[in-house]
Amino acid sequence: MRDDQEEILTMQMDSPEDVLAEADTLKDQLKRMARQNKLAVISAVVILLFVLGAIFAPVLTPYEFDQQDVINRLAPPSAEHLLGTDELGRDVLTRLLYGSRISLLVGVVPTVISMLAGAVLGICAGYIGGKTDTVIMRLADIMLAFPSMLLAMVIMYTLGDGLINIFLALALVSWASVARIVRSETLKLKESVFVEAAKSMGVSRLKIMCRHIFPNCLPSLIVLFTLNIPSAILSESSLSFLGIGIKYPQASWGLMVNLGRQFLYTKPWLSLAPSIAIMLVVLAFNFLGDGLRDVLDPHLKDQ
Amino acid sequence: MEKKILLSARGLSKDFPVSGKRRLHALSRVDLDIYEGETLALVGESGCGKSTLGRTLIRLIPATEGSISFEGQDISSMSEKEFRPLRGKMQIIFQDPYASLNPRMTVRDIIAEPLETYHVCADARETTQRVRELMKAAGLSEEYLYRYPHQFSGGQRQRIGIARAIALKPKLIICDEPVSALDVSVQNQILNLLKDLQKEFGLTYLFISHDLSVVRFLSDRTCVMFLGKLCEVGNTAELYEKPLHPYTRFLLGAIPGIDPRARGEKRPLLKGELPSPIHPPSGCRFHTRCPYATERCRTEEPLLRDVGGRQVACHRCEEI
Repeated sequence: MRDDQEEILTMQMDSPEDVLAEADTLKDQLKRMARQNKLAVISAVVILLFVLGAIFAPVLTPYEFDQQDVINRLAPPSAEHLLGTDELGRDVLTRLLYGSRISLLVGVVPTVISMLAGAVLGICAGYIGGKTDTVIMRLADIMLAFPSMLLAMVIMYTLGDGLINIFLALALVSWASVARIVRSETLKLKESVFVEAAKSMGVSRLKIMCRHIFPNCLPSLIVLFTLNIPSAILSESSLSFLGIGIKYPQASWGLMVNLGRQFLYTKPWLSLAPSIAIMLVVLAFNFLGDGLRDVLDPHLKDQ
Repeated sequence: MEKKILLSARGLSKDFPVSGKRRLHALSRVDLDIYEGETLALVGESGCGKSTLGRTLIRLIPATEGSISFEGQDISSMSEKEFRPLRGKMQIIFQDPYASLNPRMTVRDIIAEPLETYHVCADARETTQRVRELMKAAGLSEEYLYRYPHQFSGGQRQRIGIARAIALKPKLIICDEPVSALDVSVQNQILNLLKDLQKEFGLTYLFISHDLSVVRFLSDRTCVMFLGKLCEVGNTAELYEKPLHPYTRFLLGAIPGIDPRARGEKRPLLKGELPSPIHPPSGCRFHTRCPYATERCRTEEPLLRDVGGRQVACHRCEEI
């Protein structure tokens, strides 16, 4: 009998069947995207540059973000001040770099919070079902029924200004859509044969959710992540522009656009520089998200 | 020598709710005994409830009615907690080797999952060692330990599924069409593997299949199912030699012959469509398609009865 098995084993090794089937790990998919989608690669580079700029802001510029030079106020772009100065003589490039710290943080932190909350709630709603499902999803429906900008403004007014409160407000308005998508994904995975196999081996519900459902939701979550970051950045900019987000002397892109508004016709660089920065980052995240979705989303892959 | 019954089901029914208040009767009062160490084949056309029966027997889906006993213990009335220790004694091998393995887990983690769930091994190293042994038993090279399912062919994936199914040293394995998704050349390898493992570990198989030649090759006894009911149960060789139930005859008659001269001969073929399991016919469920049906078949439901050492559910099997 042993011989028999040896035979099977060698047969297997030799058969063309053994040639590895289409390799499709996350890494391979990302490589494929890099080859096919140049725009996504450029976007990734742009994002990386902004991140590096935010991290190394103190090294990159000789000025402090709140260093005033009133004599030189509203100076046009020059060798000394590459993007000019604002109405208190602060270097616009410096403020832009420091502002990217806030904008990127506001893009990432609330998105991470809302992704985590949305994933946990979505998986619980989808897998446990019944009353849990009803309660979570009706809550999500209520959240989605409000215009998100309005809701964020109301939360900011109630909690007051500050970075932490912006994080909270933006996370609160975006978890519901994540929960919805994760729930529908979970409902699909719940019926899959490998989940049935896990049940047949007596694996507990919690373990099935952690080991089988969650890892298979990851591709969707990655795509959602890159698509939700720009909307968080835009929301923060809008809130700051309206004066209920970041306060002086902190720098934030939305705040800078607001400041430049009164000099829009005479000193356009004051508003243009932060606007272009917002546009670049938002576009870059959107393109990267699209690229990721093309390779990771199974629905699109079939087409 | 009296054979020992491993699992027996009495009056097993399973309904599924469908739209409205209607119910789909997947299983209706099935009585079935599985003897220790045997391979019992379950055959029937698509949608007749074969897979449902297999899954209901090991409590993967709850039965609507009826009782199941395993090694003399009534498992159908146990709570989930009481049943848990027994769960590992009955495992299942799935039809689709592509869907039955989590694409984001390595082979090691897939096969280790049942071991970890039941705390079979003391630590992770011992678990890995045991996984290696299981892979070897299933004819997989140990080098594949940390690969992912998509890197394997269908036959190899099915071996992973088999290694996982035998991990807890089960008594009974439900093989739910384990080779029907595979190439014919690979089918034989897997069937041989199943046979070898049966000898080595003293396994009992319930082998669900619609491939009648595979069943003949592998099984000791065969039961034929039609629309949620058993119509004939008996020794495989005898049943293939002389089918008693009209449905069994048609089923066996549907195997294409290899004699080219016989090609022109008319084979008895079934007319009509499979009746709906939502509104099963009264009396004998086969009467709408049976050429021998009488008034009695339309009104009175035939029960399984002993006919020449076999169980047949037909009023007229002696006459026809």
